[in-house]
Amino acid sequence: MMLLATFLTEILILAGIFSLLAVDLLFLRKKDATERVKSLGALASLLVIATGVILFLRGNSVQTVHALGGMWVLDPLVLFFKEVILAITLITILISMEKPFTSHISEYYALILFACLGMLFLVSAEELIMIYVALELLSVSLYILVAFHQGVPRSSEGAVKYFLFGALSSSFLYFGASYLYGLSGATNLTFLGQYLGSLPTPFGPERSLLWVAAAFILVGLGFKVAVVPFHLWAPDAYEGAPTPVTAYISTGSKLASFFILIKILLLAMKPIGGSPLHTQFGGGWEASLAIVAVFSMTLGNLVAMTQKNLKRMLAYSSIAHAGYILVGVVAATRMGIASVFYYLVVYAFTQLGAFGVVTAISAKVGGDAIEDFSGMGKRTPLLSMLMAVFILSLAGIPPLAGFFGKFYVFLSAVGRDPQGYGLMWLVVVGVANSAISLYYYLKILKQMYIVEPKEVTPLRTSGTMVLALSLCALFVIGLGIFPHPLISYLNTLLSYLPLRNL
Amino acid sequence: MNLLSGTFWVSLAGALVILLLKKEAHRAIKWTAALTGFIALSLSLLAYFHYDLAFGGMQFILKRPWIPEFGIDFHVGADGVSLPLVLLTGFIFFTGVLIAWNIEDRPKEFFILFLTLVAGVFGVFVSLNLFLLFVFYELAVLPMYLLIGVWGSTRKEYGAMKLTLYLLVGSALIFIGMLALYFKSGIQSFDLMKLSEVRFPTNFQKIVFPLIFVGFGVLGGLWPLHTWSPVGHVAAPTSVSMLHAGVLMKLGAYGCFRVAICLLPEGATFWLPWIAMLATVNIVYGSMIAMVQRDFKFVIGYSSVSHMGFVLLGLASMDPVGVSGAVLQMFSHGIMTGLFFAIVGRMVYDRTHTRDLNELGGLSGPLPFANFCFIMSGFASMGLPGLSGFVAELQILLGTWNRYPILAALSGIGIVVTAAYILRVLHKVFYGELNEKLHHLEPITTVEKVAGIILVSQLIFIGLFPFVMTNLIYGTVEPLIRRLFP
Repeated sequence: MMLLATFLTEILILAGIFSLLAVDLLFLRKKDATERVKSLGALASLLVIATGVILFLRGNSVQTVHALGGMWVLDPLVLFFKEVILAITLITILISMEKPFTSHISEYYALILFACLGMLFLVSAEELIMIYVALELLSVSLYILVAFHQGVPRSSEGAVKYFLFGALSSSFLYFGASYLYGLSGATNLTFLGQYLGSLPTPFGPERSLLWVAAAFILVGLGFKVAVVPFHLWAPDAYEGAPTPVTAYISTGSKLASFFILIKILLLAMKPIGGSPLHTQFGGGWEASLAIVAVFSMTLGNLVAMTQKNLKRMLAYSSIAHAGYILVGVVAATRMGIASVFYYLVVYAFTQLGAFGVVTAISAKVGGDAIEDFSGMGKRTPLLSMLMAVFILSLAGIPPLAGFFGKFYVFLSAVGRDPQGYGLMWLVVVGVANSAISLYYYLKILKQMYIVEPKEVTPLRTSGTMVLALSLCALFVIGLGIFPHPLISYLNTLLSYLPLRNL
Repeated sequence: MNLLSGTFWVSLAGALVILLLKKEAHRAIKWTAALTGFIALSLSLLAYFHYDLAFGGMQFILKRPWIPEFGIDFHVGADGVSLPLVLLTGFIFFTGVLIAWNIEDRPKEFFILFLTLVAGVFGVFVSLNLFLLFVFYELAVLPMYLLIGVWGSTRKEYGAMKLTLYLLVGSALIFIGMLALYFKSGIQSFDLMKLSEVRFPTNFQKIVFPLIFVGFGVLGGLWPLHTWSPVGHVAAPTSVSMLHAGVLMKLGAYGCFRVAICLLPEGATFWLPWIAMLATVNIVYGSMIAMVQRDFKFVIGYSSVSHMGFVLLGLASMDPVGVSGAVLQMFSHGIMTGLFFAIVGRMVYDRTHTRDLNELGGLSGPLPFANFCFIMSGFASMGLPGLSGFVAELQILLGTWNRYPILAALSGIGIVVTAAYILRVLHKVFYGELNEKLHHLEPITTVEKVAGIILVSQLIFIGLFPFVMTNLIYGTVEPLIRRLFP
């Protein structure tokens, strides 16, 4: 019974997946695709909402629960991220209902929910094998989803690339993890952290093995969160996938992967962090990630400038954003982690909104090149206004939530060494990049508002789409004007992360 | 209600009301905008007259926690430096709406952006928290991109992009400086009043001062980072040029003073002589370039560069008289250049559809009111006694003379050339032979006359009764400068 209560969310989603498939098989096979995509979407979103509400109602009573011998943890912090993941899934489902792009509709929603299940497991995992299972569940569902755009060769191409890179990165991650296990005899993150902390410095004979392990784990995680130089799959997968799937990969998957990256690095590997400060640079993953952050931000933004396809441009922008997030990870303080969490949540809803607008508009105009968005300010003023909110938030313009995300991350990076300004160099790179990025974000606004449209017929958008996007926009504006509640809430939640090394 | 934050909230509320109006309801939209402008102007006038001169210092203070974790409050207040600028914003806001009365293309979006921009400007002038100031600063800069890009003319996309990128690179510098100040102060607060009591180490000041000063200086038109300004002014629609040259560039100069000079006086002592040289280049270079323009609007654009040079020179003088001259010059130039752009864009260009000085001529016949306004603002620009420009520039030169006599003398060249280009334009546009194509011009409308008269009356009023402003400004600046540069 206890176990049932602990896994309630996951069980509900799993049961939902099978009922969804059954409903489609029994009642909806004969209906046309547009109707099926609507009714099944409605069913799936109700399911997610119900799960979210149940999780929320139970949330007040939850303190920390460990299950499966410490492999699995449920505490208010994890619960919060589960809610965020459910919200992301809900919005993804809502924007998927705009137009069918496949005839396998119940399978599509089922895979989205499987991926959701993978993320729900992932944020609860505190042990290497559990992380592996959850990550694979998530990734395999996403590989298939990328290929779901029927009759579009780019979609299959993107899926194959994503699969090859993803499988390779998993093997990197687990090769590294196996070394860690070999050295310490433990797979639990907290035990690993204790083991690494107990090693005398310099590390002695374990040292070279430890470096191999750390390097392989970093490479594996780097692929999952798509940072330079492990980003090559991202633009192709993002461009090829059906747009709602792109939205899901770039928000849900990124959020869950970053969450687990933080857990692995800060719970287990903090003792071999070294230092990213310019005065004592080197000696561990923090220094390497600082370099990765610099390249991610710079390359992501520079390449985004030259893109002609909006989804590709947003793909490169998301690589750059992963770089900004890494700045907070590198800060590796309590405040740094709080800032990363804040950034992740805000970024997820902003990016979802942006891809939602792309879905809505490209479903009507039949393309997702930037030129296809010309004159949308006249053709669909509401969607354009929403897009402007999302784009400006991504660009980090106050008073939108994206600005506070960046502000908080940079503030905590300088706060790592407040008197010596040891991380100022990274912040300067970040701020400079933020200024550069504005150029291509403004290019999108320019297409929508300044360039004259080829046609002038107004675009109609379904109510669900407008609802989903307005929710995202409200969130982005609301968190911009009142960032305080979420910031302080995340600060209290952080006490559930066993960060004894910080 | 707090009078000062009222100006900001009213503008924002106006934008929200317009957001809810139907986009076809052009009249309702314009009236809402005008009413908002009128209320904001009245509030700023009220604040101006309620300021207690005997008491001095910051008044109308309102402080509410916003993000207490980082020492960020919604903290507003005003002294003799910010009040004239709030008042200026009120005037330009109201007259700007009047000048935009004939807008036909998507007025709803136009006025929403316009009012948001104004809200940001009011916000900057009344912020007493550095973070809040930064947020308002960006809020004021960004709508400009769309206002120029959508409703502008003459290479509008280029102008809009250049302007936005320049200004946001500037704000990136400010952002870095802001973080540095936050941590170095050791008080974990962005409160400007508290930060001004912290004595930062000298070397730190020398590094951070140029970051912040140049960051704001980009918006203030500091040479050689001014190039966005004439291009942007020319590309912008008339009422936006008014706001832009009239108020927005003052944001830059205000930030230079309020943040860079007030918080980092030792950095200022080290760097300001160099800044003063750049400002002198502003004055002389701007006026000389204005002299050779063929485009009427470019003349005014470069004249702004030149006049902002005086503001920066005054600020760099580190002298109570010079700095208060700079503040008065901000007000005076704001009104004057607002009037200039109203004349060029609305009264002349909208009727003649050319801004080429060689094609214009003899407009004093068909457009006597435009001619009158141009004479008044032109004479103020030349620094003729009896108009506001004279009082301001005189104070600046007096203040500068003590510290940089050579620069003060050089900037005299600027004044002479200014007289030359104003007279040249006056001659080319309003006198001489009337071009045949320009015989049947629509007369100046009442709305335009109201706007023109409001602005002209300010130029004359301040010119004749300068003490109304100078008492207030000097009363604040004098103790402040004495404390900063003992």
